[in-house]
Amino acid sequence: MEILNVSHIEKHFGDTRVLNDISFQLERGQALAIIGSSGSGKTTLLRCLNFLETPDRGRIVVNGQTLWEAGQAGAQRESETRLKRLHFGLVFQAFHLFPQYTALENVTLAMRLLAQEKPEYKQRKKETLASIEQEGRELLARMGLSDRAGHYPHQLSGGQQQRVAIARALALKPDILCFDEPTSALDPELTGEVLRVIRSLAQEKTTMIIVTHEMAFARDVADQVIFMDGGVIVEQGDARQVIEHPRMERTRQFLSRYGQG
Amino acid sequence: MFQSVVTFLSSDEFQTVVAALNSGFGVTLKLFFVTLVGALPLGLLISFGSMSRWAPLARPIRWALRRMGREGGKGASALMRFRPVSLICRFLVWIVRGTPLVLQIITLFYVPGMLGLFSWGGGAGARFTAVSAAFVINYAFYFSEIYRGGIQGVPEGQKEAGQVLGMTKSQIFLRVTLLQMVKRIVPPMSNEIITLVKDTSLARVIALQEVIWMGESFMKGNQGISGLVWPLFFTAVYYLVFSGVVTVALGRLEKKLSFFR
Repeated sequence: MEILNVSHIEKHFGDTRVLNDISFQLERGQALAIIGSSGSGKTTLLRCLNFLETPDRGRIVVNGQTLWEAGQAGAQRESETRLKRLHFGLVFQAFHLFPQYTALENVTLAMRLLAQEKPEYKQRKKETLASIEQEGRELLARMGLSDRAGHYPHQLSGGQQQRVAIARALALKPDILCFDEPTSALDPELTGEVLRVIRSLAQEKTTMIIVTHEMAFARDVADQVIFMDGGVIVEQGDARQVIEHPRMERTRQFLSRYGQG
Repeated sequence: MFQSVVTFLSSDEFQTVVAALNSGFGVTLKLFFVTLVGALPLGLLISFGSMSRWAPLARPIRWALRRMGREGGKGASALMRFRPVSLICRFLVWIVRGTPLVLQIITLFYVPGMLGLFSWGGGAGARFTAVSAAFVINYAFYFSEIYRGGIQGVPEGQKEAGQVLGMTKSQIFLRVTLLQMVKRIVPPMSNEIITLVKDTSLARVIALQEVIWMGESFMKGNQGISGLVWPLFFTAVYYLVFSGVVTVALGRLEKKLSFFR
């Protein structure tokens, strides 16, 4: 079943066109990897999906619901955008954990704030908070971080911080979880633990979009791959086919620089 | 020697002077705390004003350009960047930081009456109100720049992390930015607050009877004592003790905030 339909997205920064006519679909439970060199527009695309940037043209449909349609840009109110963002989760390259909160608090903060908005919150405060904490602990356990719940971000390694960030993004149960180069800010020996977590999410059929430079990982974990260059999609298709037998010359050149991962 | 010190400390003269200095220092303290209580929140409001991105002309100009089917030139883009709130706040920051506090006190005390606007009235109470107003305004503008630096120093990624978790603007400020800002501004704030301890002495320009005014009064004649020089120098002890207390308190705060980085 189709969960995401992106059509004809275009984005300019001043006079530079950073995204041009981007269209793709994603099925529920599938993982999509986006590869390409720096400046190819991968990150901007993810940021458009998360409404951190507004596309100049195009349409974004999630679960049959149009979340964004160019031309109606004037009607984009912050309060609406805010709830639309909840369809997507985003894991940043540089983690961006909240330094003043423990790992557990980082994971549960957004859940607590959303719970507070519900009318029945006041009467059931205790149970609600208890179940949120329980959920937070379970998420950290899935990340292999049960013993780090009370640690502050600066007390954690990069790999641990990124796993907390993944738990934090999962906490709101987004339809689609996005990763923006999740291992690029990590020391090489720490990338494994993060990739393992993402791999297990893929096995659990989490719908994901992963911007990555790890070609072997993209080939093994993703169902589909999109190769971007200069703001356009050059090639897209089955992950193994695109990475092992690319059809386009530009894809081949790019992959040869990565030694096919 | 010891005997003469004891005699001096128990003399009527010493007792009278210390009692007067104590009451003067009471006024100093009152002015100090009134300024802090008023200027700390007011400064935050002003900093929001300085950072305001409200540009009322942007939307109509964009609309008009689209109707005419034209690209905007330099003039149009300058008008679109016209941010009145920010402009006014920054202008006032320049005025308040660019003129001496003494002059501001005198202006605020005398000018409203000269222009026939209103009068602060007579007596010590009225003088205290006028001086407090001048101090609150002056310090609020200095604080606003410290706040602005603190807020802008919090990485953009923190805000974005809050946004993708569906947090509102005010939730992001209160739950994410605020504490990180406070941590950043403690050192520059400490500087400013210690300056305030001593700046309170400027209030004597409109004859507010704070501690220096009291010290000086024993040279000219007060309660039958005149020609005494030491009380004026003795006021330094009050300032030193008080700034010591403030330094320790702010040091504690800094330590308390060291649980995160």
